[in-house]
Amino acid sequence: MSGEPLVRWDWVLDHLGPIVGRVEQHLYLAALAVVIGFFISFELAALSVRRRKLYPAVTILATAVYTVPSFAMFVALVATTGISVLSVEVPLVLYTIILFVPNIVAGFDSVPPDVLDAADGMGYSAGQRWRRVELPLAIPLIMAGVRLATVSTIGLVTVSAILGDGFGGLGYYILDGYHRHFPTEILVGGVLSIGLAALADLGLYLLQRRLTPWAALRVVPR
Amino acid sequence: MDLLTETAQWLADPAHWQGPNGIPARLEEHIALSVLSLVLAALVAMPLGLWVGHTGRGSWLIVSSANAWRALPSLAVIGLLVPFTTLIDPNLGFILYPTLVAMVVLAGPPILVNAYEGVAGVDRDLVEAARGMGMRERQILLNLEVPIALPVLATGIRSAAVQVIATATLGAVFGFGGLGRYIVLGDANKDNGELFGGVVLVAALALLTLGLFTLLERRLTSPGLRGRIAL
Repeated sequence: MSGEPLVRWDWVLDHLGPIVGRVEQHLYLAALAVVIGFFISFELAALSVRRRKLYPAVTILATAVYTVPSFAMFVALVATTGISVLSVEVPLVLYTIILFVPNIVAGFDSVPPDVLDAADGMGYSAGQRWRRVELPLAIPLIMAGVRLATVSTIGLVTVSAILGDGFGGLGYYILDGYHRHFPTEILVGGVLSIGLAALADLGLYLLQRRLTPWAALRVVPR
Repeated sequence: MDLLTETAQWLADPAHWQGPNGIPARLEEHIALSVLSLVLAALVAMPLGLWVGHTGRGSWLIVSSANAWRALPSLAVIGLLVPFTTLIDPNLGFILYPTLVAMVVLAGPPILVNAYEGVAGVDRDLVEAARGMGMRERQILLNLEVPIALPVLATGIRSAAVQVIATATLGAVFGFGGLGRYIVLGDANKDNGELFGGVVLVAALALLTLGLFTLLERRLTSPGLRGRIAL
């Protein structure tokens, strides 16, 4: 690698088209996983809140998934089911569930019981109470979970590059640059994927402020 | 042959239990890297988190950056480091340093956040009482806040440990050994026994670590906090 400059801007300029394509692929793979993961997790969390006894089982399952490396899960799925978008999405969705469920459950738990009593006292039906009281008050923690899952999924998408050129979004450049001993490519992939995550986090933060103008953001996500 | 038999056979084969690519050797590499990166991360993150938790100074930085750290994909960290670390040492800079640094970066935030939250979460009345009794700040931190926060601190290290053990497999894509090597080789050789053998070994190591830390956390919780002592 001696004599090779860290960044060859001419390479970057020559490859702007493919780079944009990789950014789009990256966002597509990540967004799909976050959206699907969110809906599954929301149902799981709502179920866990209503039936507390289920929650430990959900937690144990999540912890078990957590011990399997994403890299291993990608490769193992391809070995058993063949390569497709599913081999990328299934692991990504599973990892979002691990991050989403505790945050959504914590969100519903954070609604003070007094507020629920007040809503009942005002004659809200169960459905009204859910829509007008519980859901809005749970939003700050739910959004903390969305931010966490989005940021972490954008990072994990890079790992799917090990499945081949058709996947990985910007991770493709990290691996390709590594194999070709070409730092420019590694930097493009790494810096842009971190940038994407930061931008997504900022966007979601602004969205959260609009959704809950009353809440100060003091929540540390788990 | 189905996957389960294939994996069991690969794991049971005595040939896979010896030599430099044998399971004991790879396990040792994996554990050594994980422990080293956890210790290095804890040396930096623990004192910092405790200090911020105690003084409250700079807490906004921890709260607001806790999320941003997760944006750092380990793949990118390892890949980005290779060109630099190979300049320092062509051999270790290729096979060890990038993965080691990436694992330290991965382990730091959970340890930092939990150290901060554990200490910051200690009842302020207790801290005031300790101050009133004439305890010095250092004593308050070490004799009051840390013992109360111990389970939270241990949870941070546990979460970091499980993440590091699982993610260290990624190092095998970049020349590091460890248990990830079997996943890479199994994938390359289309040997599902080896691939899933590697997955089973990593998951088992992570689960074992999780179990050990859970036991440790239980022991570290002061009897007063466990509610066993009637007040």
